[in-house]
Amino acid sequence: MGILEIKGVGKRFGGLQALGDVNLSVEENSVHAIIGPNGAGKSTLLNCLIGKLIPDTGSVMFDGQSVLGRAPHEINQMGISRVFQTPEIFGDLTVFENMLIPCFAKRDGAYRLHAFETIPAEKEIVEKAEAMLEDVNMQDKIHMHAASLSRGDKRRLEMAMCLVQEPKLLLLDEPTAGMARADTNNTIDLLKEINAKRDITMAIIEHDMHVVFSLAERITVLAQGTPLVEDTPENIKGHPKVMEAYLGQTQQ
Amino acid sequence: MLGLENKDTKFLLVVVALTLCTPIILQPFPEGSSLAQFNAGYPDLMQRFAIFGIFAIGFNILFGLTGYLSFGHAAFLGVGSYSTVWMFKLLSYNVLPGLVLAVITSGIFALFIGYISLRRSGIYFSILTLAFAQMSFNLAYSVLTPITNGETGLQVYTDDPQYLMGEGALTTTHVFGLAMNKSLIVPIGGWEFNFNVGYYFCAIIAILAFYLSLRIFRSPFGLMLRAVKSNQQRMNYTGLNSRPYTLAAFVISGMYAGLAGGLLASMDPLAGAERMQWTASGEVVIMTILGGAGTLMGPVLGAGFIKYFENIFSKINDNVLHGWFSFLPDGIEDFFINIVNPFFGEGWHLTLGLLFMCVVIFLPGGLMEGGQRILNLLKRKSKDTADDDSAHHPKQSPHVAE
Amino acid sequence: MDALLLQILNGLDKGSAYALIALGLTLIFGTLGVVNFAHGALFMIGAFCAVTLQKILSLSSTTLDPTKTDFLGNPAKIETPYVESWFGPEIGAALIDWSVPLGILFAIPIMISIGFIMERGLIKHFYKRPHADQILVTFGLAIVLQEVIKHFYGANPIPTPAPDAFRGSFDFGSMLGFDPNVIIYPYWRLVYFFFSVLIIGGVFAFLQFTTFGMVVRAGMADRETVGLLGINIDKRFTIMFGIAAAVAGLAGVMYTPINSPNYHMGMDFLVLSFVVVVVGGMGSLPGAVLAGFMLGILESFASMNQIKAIFPGIDQIIIYLVAILILLTRPRGLMGRKGVMED
Repeated sequence: MGILEIKGVGKRFGGLQALGDVNLSVEENSVHAIIGPNGAGKSTLLNCLIGKLIPDTGSVMFDGQSVLGRAPHEINQMGISRVFQTPEIFGDLTVFENMLIPCFAKRDGAYRLHAFETIPAEKEIVEKAEAMLEDVNMQDKIHMHAASLSRGDKRRLEMAMCLVQEPKLLLLDEPTAGMARADTNNTIDLLKEINAKRDITMAIIEHDMHVVFSLAERITVLAQGTPLVEDTPENIKGHPKVMEAYLGQTQQ
Repeated sequence: MLGLENKDTKFLLVVVALTLCTPIILQPFPEGSSLAQFNAGYPDLMQRFAIFGIFAIGFNILFGLTGYLSFGHAAFLGVGSYSTVWMFKLLSYNVLPGLVLAVITSGIFALFIGYISLRRSGIYFSILTLAFAQMSFNLAYSVLTPITNGETGLQVYTDDPQYLMGEGALTTTHVFGLAMNKSLIVPIGGWEFNFNVGYYFCAIIAILAFYLSLRIFRSPFGLMLRAVKSNQQRMNYTGLNSRPYTLAAFVISGMYAGLAGGLLASMDPLAGAERMQWTASGEVVIMTILGGAGTLMGPVLGAGFIKYFENIFSKINDNVLHGWFSFLPDGIEDFFINIVNPFFGEGWHLTLGLLFMCVVIFLPGGLMEGGQRILNLLKRKSKDTADDDSAHHPKQSPHVAE
Repeated sequence: MDALLLQILNGLDKGSAYALIALGLTLIFGTLGVVNFAHGALFMIGAFCAVTLQKILSLSSTTLDPTKTDFLGNPAKIETPYVESWFGPEIGAALIDWSVPLGILFAIPIMISIGFIMERGLIKHFYKRPHADQILVTFGLAIVLQEVIKHFYGANPIPTPAPDAFRGSFDFGSMLGFDPNVIIYPYWRLVYFFFSVLIIGGVFAFLQFTTFGMVVRAGMADRETVGLLGINIDKRFTIMFGIAAAVAGLAGVMYTPINSPNYHMGMDFLVLSFVVVVVGGMGSLPGAVLAGFMLGILESFASMNQIKAIFPGIDQIIIYLVAILILLTRPRGLMGRKGVMED
């Protein structure tokens, strides 16, 4: 039994079968990559996991509990965090405030109307947020507005916001898209470090095969809404079915 | 002090000082001088500053922080007024029970409307609140006449029970025997200052209301509200349920509106349905945005600005205009007056509409942003002469918006 | 049965006005993505076009008639409208009598130019701003427009009668085979209804059968793609705004005999029209028309005494009540498309 068990999930948009019959199992504390050509249904699958979409068929079990039918905030409180393809952060707030919000969510649950406390009085929260920002090397930017950060920094901030919640499962949607090579390598190192340091499972969608093969322990190849193969990176390389799915799309 | 950081404490003290000195500050011109018409130190007007200040501060907690644009807040103002007048009718002219009831009923009302309206966001939320407010307004005019006294408006009659009215008790609104309409008029030199009980009563409540909003702005709750405005989706995917936060903000701002309505009735024991009309809701929207939504002082400034100019502009009639332009030759004088005339007196709303449009178009941050820009400009000018050091040490912005 | 029919007929004129205003609102919203709070003001300006035309046609020269005297013994003043002295008394009188229908011709160029000016001068700069900003700036514009009208025409309603031939009522019931004197219906309301059906039909035909309309519909569905095809969609949208303004204006012109226009009639209709648009479904033209007529008729049913006896005051709130129920149960309204104005 993996920590995440996806069974027979299907999703249809009008006439388009975005997801066919997806069965997937993600082992605890592993890094599982989901790859596939554009339109294979990778993002749809992630959306089904976090409550953004509700699949038409099938079941999604996380940590022994069903995810389906729950509101996004409930799913997050179960221990699933997601990094989006285009960074979703609080643009109007400062980096520091961005960091505070997941800390509060982690400690206080879905809501707590603490209207008469001040933020500096919440010492543990402030310290935790500052420590996390230091971990991702953003301590010198804590008073900047998040919207004015560079794209790479926004990504790092979003990832830090997810990590500070100490999720059991971290979903990463193309975490290195649009990054320079050096930044990509930094991100790989960061993710490796996190995976080594904490008890965390990662499911990662990625186009960059360099990232996939340096991180993933298992790889699922998705094509036209159905999983084609699932195997270790070594076996995926040069797998005839994968070549077929990607034909002309990558030179891996 | 008071659970605030030093900077905020200073800020609050300045606000308190300004509020308490308002009767002096707003009376800069000696009586009888030609500029005395610009004085604003009358009890009636000053009370309005404070009351609409409270209304706008409350509205700002909802709109400024969460970005949810309610077009129905006047309903709570009306509910507050009706509650207070009912307390006058049933108990006595002491305003405290009325104000307490006003806050409670408007809170309950806001809880109900907010619970339903907040199921939708964006323009749908605006329309839902608008629909609820118009419903309340129409009902107050028609079926609810036994409660609201319909078109005449609710007022206190001599045959009302007034159970707590003792022998010889005051027959005007008062707080524990201190009549609201009592004033201490202090003539100093050519000046005349009017220290009115009603104004100080409203002012103290306004200061409390401001303090409360300051605490909310600086609290984790305020942070969450700003997160709702910034990116509700990320908030939900961070494990936070935004509904309780927005609902709490809606109820709090509804209670502020109810309190303001109660105070309006406390200054003048009347309540009419027109207080609930959607144009009245529009007015508080204009106040908040004109001053600067999401800032602490902006809504208060906006409320004061609108109430002041409403009063002054509507007083300026043809004669006054003739006085102003009398230095010009006759033909040109008439020409100028014809141009300017539509904007004054009766035409005040035209000026207000134009002003409001200009603010939305050019200055989305309102008067506060305008002030900030002017300050920055001045700073830059003085900095040009000083050494240009700041560029190397970027100034840290404060944690929370001013 | 005849009571039902009477209520349906009574609801038609208001329903027609709602439908026309909501149609314009939806055109603007669907094509430009702008929430136009000034649309009610356009309806009001249309009504005042009719008022203005009536005033212009009634401009009179004053001559003194020494043969008659008024009660003070002065020679009586005789006002002769210029149109009567130019075209002869009969044609002149007829022109004045028909000033409301003629107002249509007068209003079309005025409304279209107002629409162009509004779009090019103001709305254009708000396409990329949040909806809240659009609401606020058009709300401000609505205040300005209504205050300008108030300045020139005063605050009181100005009676603007229909042509003589359409004044009064007729026994609609007996024409349909009901008992006489049960369904008495004013002529002008029927005229208004047919007029609005004509306009609505015209707009739909224009969108359906012309190339211009096809491009606009494509633009409503996906603005960016149409822009990428090298079609100048902005220009067409400006024209659409002009058309929407004209539709609102014409609705106003023809409404003047039903209710004497005053400067705040736009605001009164605006709130209801927004409710209509939301009930119909944001961005859906048929939805707007359907909801307009439906709510007008519902309102008229709710004001029946039998119903008011059961639910007192229901006539005052029925529209809002329906709107709230629909918004909560069918978030997209009756015929709304997916993804319009959803966050």
